[in-house]
Amino acid sequence: MRCGCVALCRGGVTVPQRGWVWQYLSMPDSAANGSASANGTAPAVELHNISKGFPGVVANRDISMTVERGTIHAIVGENGAGKSTLMKTLYGLHQPDSGTIAVNGTEVEFGSPSDAIDSGIGMVHQHFMLADNLTVLENIILGAEPATGGVIDSREAARQITELARSLGVEIDVNSPVAELGVGQRQRVEILKVLYRGAKTLILDEPTAVLVPQEVDELFENLRRLVDAGTTVLFISHKLDEVLAVSNRITVIRQGTTVGTVTPAEVTRRQLAEMMVGSDLPQPEPRTSEVSDRVRLEVKNLSVSRPGRRDLVHDVSFAIHSGEILGVAGVEGNGQFELCSALLGREHSNGTVAIDGKDVSHASVRDRKNAGIAYVPFDRQREGLMLTSSLWENNLLGQEEKFTKYGFVNVAAARAACREVISRFGVLTPNEDVPAFALSGGNQQKLVVGRTMSMNPAVLLAAHPTRGIDVGAQAAVWEEIRTARDAGLAVLLVSADLEELLGLSDRVIVMFEGSVVAELSPRDATPELLGSYMTGAKVAAR
Amino acid sequence: MTGKRNVIDTLPRPVVTLLSSLVAVLLALAICGVLLLVTGKDPLAAYRTILETGLTGNKLLEMLKRSTPLMLSASAVAIGFKMNLFNIGVEGQYLFAALIAAEFASRISAPPVLHVLLTLVVASAAGAFWASIAAMLKITRGINEVISTIMLNFISLSVMQWLFDNYMRDDSDGGLRVTTTEIAPSGQVPDIVDGRLNGMWLVALFVVFCYWLIVFRSKFGFRLRSSGLNSTAAQTSGIAANRMIVVAMLLSGAIAGLVAMQSVVGEEYAYGPQATPTGFGFAGIAVALLGRNHPVGIVVAAMLFGFLDSTSAVLQLSGIPNSIVKVIQAVVVITVVIVNEATSRYMNHRTAEQTAAALRADKVGT
Repeated sequence: MRCGCVALCRGGVTVPQRGWVWQYLSMPDSAANGSASANGTAPAVELHNISKGFPGVVANRDISMTVERGTIHAIVGENGAGKSTLMKTLYGLHQPDSGTIAVNGTEVEFGSPSDAIDSGIGMVHQHFMLADNLTVLENIILGAEPATGGVIDSREAARQITELARSLGVEIDVNSPVAELGVGQRQRVEILKVLYRGAKTLILDEPTAVLVPQEVDELFENLRRLVDAGTTVLFISHKLDEVLAVSNRITVIRQGTTVGTVTPAEVTRRQLAEMMVGSDLPQPEPRTSEVSDRVRLEVKNLSVSRPGRRDLVHDVSFAIHSGEILGVAGVEGNGQFELCSALLGREHSNGTVAIDGKDVSHASVRDRKNAGIAYVPFDRQREGLMLTSSLWENNLLGQEEKFTKYGFVNVAAARAACREVISRFGVLTPNEDVPAFALSGGNQQKLVVGRTMSMNPAVLLAAHPTRGIDVGAQAAVWEEIRTARDAGLAVLLVSADLEELLGLSDRVIVMFEGSVVAELSPRDATPELLGSYMTGAKVAAR
Repeated sequence: MTGKRNVIDTLPRPVVTLLSSLVAVLLALAICGVLLLVTGKDPLAAYRTILETGLTGNKLLEMLKRSTPLMLSASAVAIGFKMNLFNIGVEGQYLFAALIAAEFASRISAPPVLHVLLTLVVASAAGAFWASIAAMLKITRGINEVISTIMLNFISLSVMQWLFDNYMRDDSDGGLRVTTTEIAPSGQVPDIVDGRLNGMWLVALFVVFCYWLIVFRSKFGFRLRSSGLNSTAAQTSGIAANRMIVVAMLLSGAIAGLVAMQSVVGEEYAYGPQATPTGFGFAGIAVALLGRNHPVGIVVAAMLFGFLDSTSAVLQLSGIPNSIVKVIQAVVVITVVIVNEATSRYMNHRTAEQTAAALRADKVGT
């Protein structure tokens, strides 16, 4: 059925007003895909056993997938699952360690994005790359200016762009400066820019992250028109609703590898969520603990607001007792990060926060820290490490007060403290003088966790404490958290790994769109149940 | 035991850094040599003149003397650099401070050493005050310090002109003097070598030492550097960003306030629009870049710039345009930045590989 449509459009006769566009769109790959046009059925993109590693991390492992021409193919997965790495491979931003890529049935090797563009693959990045003070036209032709004798043929370019825009179903004034456009329109300009370069396969990296719901609908309408005309769209997202609404096929990626490819008709949102978070990971043994009556962290009516937007955290209340681990489940981006930021005092919030009965609602980050709060960050490199500094300096960060004498840093003591963290948490490093960037991601994480635990906190905010570290280290981190818990620590555990969450937590709350939508006992919470709360499919009265 | 493995295969990092800077300087000389050739001058003759005249005793003393304001200015800039603050306002800060301190010193009477100390404190306070305006603008209104410090340079000059013309100019000889009132001998800093090298050189060295102590050894310095390396991580670990901005800016301004003091308390014993040297605020940026914000680097770079400056008069005598000195200084900064970037990338790569290798060796060994 879809092939029929493609053939129709390719003819360029039945829709004369669009004739040029289809001619243009099919131009760049006409040379490369001679074979494909012959047998019209070759998939737009095929990936076979793609693997890509970075020092210390395997980002993609044995990824295979087939993207049929003229479809919207979604790639879903948690943050950090390897979606972006895969798309960068496909766009030629880096080369895979192993595996092959075939475009329209022909095997290709992309040394750089320009090779990918030549094969008809274009990418629209999550963050727009437009020059604000240039016009729409100038932005679109930038780098591919149609020129005769060194003079840019603006009129011809304007004509081509207007036609392209019409094919998308977009009205756009090519002469207005990009600075005057709204976010949705800017995204259209990005898409037009890629189409203008002759892309037949569009990669959209989290395109809806920056859009409001109406704009999302418009974008989807545009995308449908594109695929009806034979373009292929690769749509990266972790928003399951959108993925189910717009795509023809969905490939799920978890921990760097493909879990499976499904059609929207054959899965429910819940099943998709389960595929995304998985349930075959090493499992922490549930262990009963003595939760005392003493409240260590009390949060009441906490909200984080942004003008003109839905609250990032909305009216969240909970208490964590001494010796208790409270798990926070939720698809990433539903307020967990902002909740932690607000608790740390890094982000302005309304409501009250008390640590060990002491009100710290208006206290600074340092005062809250001194009151006993500690944090294992979501993003260790951005929030936790100075990559070019030595390990001992990184270990010192946040506890420099403790290692200061008369205003000067006690280097010997700071080094000794770092060596202790290294040995206690099994950080693989030759010594404490190595800069942090030289360590693998897992070892960086061990150092960050070790630093946090060695501060003997009263309340621990642990965000993905075992993300990116190997199985053995994972067990060690779990054991450290448990031991500290047994000694009276209160833990807020944010994790995308449901097994970790259910295995470690004494109670679990679920966050959806900034609110706590459910509170469960880990004994009653199945991954299926959690999944339905996490995606908003089910709302429980608390 | 652990420390030794790193030095096995090649030179330690500081040596490599030093060598790379040397290469950069030679590269700059080569580029300037080509420039000289193109303009029809003999580069070898020019460099020979620079070396021959520069390496005499008197010129070497002049080099040290000329390095004094550069060391101070570079330290002021470097403190900002260490936490990603670009203080381009050193120029305005030190000129303002020079005027205020000169006026202050001429009006008070105090015993010799105390007189000088008080003057220097006032100079630092005036410099810090001027820098604090930019700091306040940044933390209250979010105004980029690059913009505000540049603009404050101009405001500084206008304010000074007004103060000088209306209140601080010494008209006792019928308006012939274009300086403030001369500072009494108790407020003058003596020369170390008569007429060649002033005592302020030692003060500048001491300030560079303090810069090292504060930035590289103190808790405050650790917080400052952390904020510069990763502001998000620093904030997350409880370092208050705004407080760091204010303190860093004040310190930078306080050091900047001393830049012209060699002239004020060591040579002219007064401030004057013509008498007080200008341009050190910008030269300091180049010296800080060249010295990679490291105290030793700053001292060496200041001496190199001072050396080149000291030869500039002689060059002109031998028919070589003395502007080549400025060209060399400028090109050196560019080549050093480029070579250092390349070196540090290479070294980072090497460190990562060595670490991985060391770990492999560990595993094999056990």
